[in-house]
Amino acid sequence: MASITLEGLKKTYTGNVNAVKGIDLHIEDGEFVVLVGPSGCGKSTLLRMVAGLETITEGTLKIGERVVNKLEPAERDIAMVFQNYALYPHMSVYNNLAYGLKNRGFNKDEIEQRVRIAAKMLEIEEFLERKPRKLSGGQRQRVAMGRALVREPAAFLFDEPLSNLDAKLRVQMRVEIKQLQRRLRTTSLYVTHDQLEAMTLGDRLVVLNAGQIEQVGTPMEIYARPATLFVAGFIGSPAMNMLSVDYLKAQDANGLLDNLPAGTDIVGIRPDDMHLTPPAVPHLAVDSTLALFEAAGAESHLYVTLANSEQPTVIRVSGQPPVAEGETLRFYIPREALHPFDSTTGKRTNTF
Amino acid sequence: MVENRPWANFFAHTVLIIGVALVIFPVYIALVASTQAPGELVRGTLPLLPGHHGIENYTQMWQSGISTANSPSAALMLWNSFVMAMAITVGKLSISLLSAFAIVYFRFRFRMFFFWLIFVTLMLPVEVRIIPTFQVVADLNMLNSFAGLSIPLIASATATFLFRQFFMTIPEEMLEAARVDGAGPLKFFKDILLPLSITNIAALFVIMFIYGWNQYLWPLIITTDPNYTTIVMGIQRMTSEENPQWQLVMAAVVMAALPPVLVILFMQRLFVKGLTETEK
Repeated sequence: MASITLEGLKKTYTGNVNAVKGIDLHIEDGEFVVLVGPSGCGKSTLLRMVAGLETITEGTLKIGERVVNKLEPAERDIAMVFQNYALYPHMSVYNNLAYGLKNRGFNKDEIEQRVRIAAKMLEIEEFLERKPRKLSGGQRQRVAMGRALVREPAAFLFDEPLSNLDAKLRVQMRVEIKQLQRRLRTTSLYVTHDQLEAMTLGDRLVVLNAGQIEQVGTPMEIYARPATLFVAGFIGSPAMNMLSVDYLKAQDANGLLDNLPAGTDIVGIRPDDMHLTPPAVPHLAVDSTLALFEAAGAESHLYVTLANSEQPTVIRVSGQPPVAEGETLRFYIPREALHPFDSTTGKRTNTF
Repeated sequence: MVENRPWANFFAHTVLIIGVALVIFPVYIALVASTQAPGELVRGTLPLLPGHHGIENYTQMWQSGISTANSPSAALMLWNSFVMAMAITVGKLSISLLSAFAIVYFRFRFRMFFFWLIFVTLMLPVEVRIIPTFQVVADLNMLNSFAGLSIPLIASATATFLFRQFFMTIPEEMLEAARVDGAGPLKFFKDILLPLSITNIAALFVIMFIYGWNQYLWPLIITTDPNYTTIVMGIQRMTSEENPQWQLVMAAVVMAALPPVLVILFMQRLFVKGLTETEK
């Protein structure tokens, strides 16, 4: 086990394409860090640079105290779980798990012992003699994890390992990965584009956009205080509503918005911070028309069109809406729920 | 299918039977002809039932051949053909596997140039380059040798190209997983690539073996020593005699047809197995 340190990591492809534009990150020993971002943000490239599958254009990568920039993947003491599992189709599950150990010159008994332990942990003992093609998606996923596990590496790298599974299995595997990591306490770096997966799995999240870090923090920190407009829109589902300050000021009779931080011209409001009944704290009231109502079981999403505005807005409430589609709806926003941003810099304007 | 239409079944079977008969009949005639007494086949009517001289004809062909036609015993000719075909097949497969491996998995300067160079040679079959190749082989003192028979035919653009196409369908993650698992290039080749290519290897083995077995022009010009006569050459020589002994020629033909059939039967198990076990 070891920490992972990234210092000014850059990746430039031929043709001067900057996929990763200087990443500084320190991952503590035993920590579970999730890299999250939209497709093309460089998260997979970054992970592959840590794995040693992509060369590092600039910067230093340390695993433990060792600089591993120039080392082969096998020498970095990491194990990787691939999106499409990349199991060797002609080998039995047992041999899939054992292959890495064989290449490292472990003796037969040791291999046997380690494979058995990993198989037991992942509950794939009964499949050990089967070929990967005879397994279901979830079982293949476990084998892929097993292949990483047997090696007892310093770090696990996950490259969107759950995106090929169906929704139900994904939730189940998510829980299992988390439990496994808790138990083994192996440093883990996990890449996903799914913000829910990122929120639930990570000890810390790293939100990436266009090859740069937007924000690093615990899931709740990032959710409660997104540092940029990008993070605000990316984390949380339904996405945060963005309203211009000018529009809100027109609805504001009590001067609640007069003391917004300097430079604020747009505010974000989480769909769950919009209430249909007036809260006890200072709040704004906004009129709208209910355009569409989406029932999701425990909660409902109300798509509304604001009076005198084109801005699409979503409200999350529990249970049924009080009005039918097409009718007017008044909702209330507590003053403290506003996330102030400067749209030109894209940054949050209050820093307390 | 779970349809039950007697007439359709009947019709289908009739077509199939006619087709099979068309293919089998000449083979049957060859078998019948190889069991006739000397002179029986030149009378003008072709017998349709086997004669009584089968063992005699085959023994003579196998042991001594026809010395007047300068063709040695079939045993020797079959052996020569077999060695040549095997050398060509194994050589072609190993070289094309390795070059496809290099072209797909290694980034070196002029990689595409070399690929196209190989590809262009597809357009140059033996017949086109036969005179310069003969000169080279003669200068290297490889006339009348197995090396001369097989080495010039070993380079294979077709197989290289097919393996390249196959390797490119193997997901890149397979290579990456192997790298993380500590397998170097040769280990990856041996442990992952070769087992995955087994179907293609089996199919190409059959094609290449038959290609090598059927070589005619090249062995004809490269060997003068009867000890290196191949079966295809031998049959040709026997038939160009003034009074060909057809019953012996047919015995040689039947024997010449057997090894390719055996190779197909043996390899078929491999590629049927391969086809049904393909991942995804």
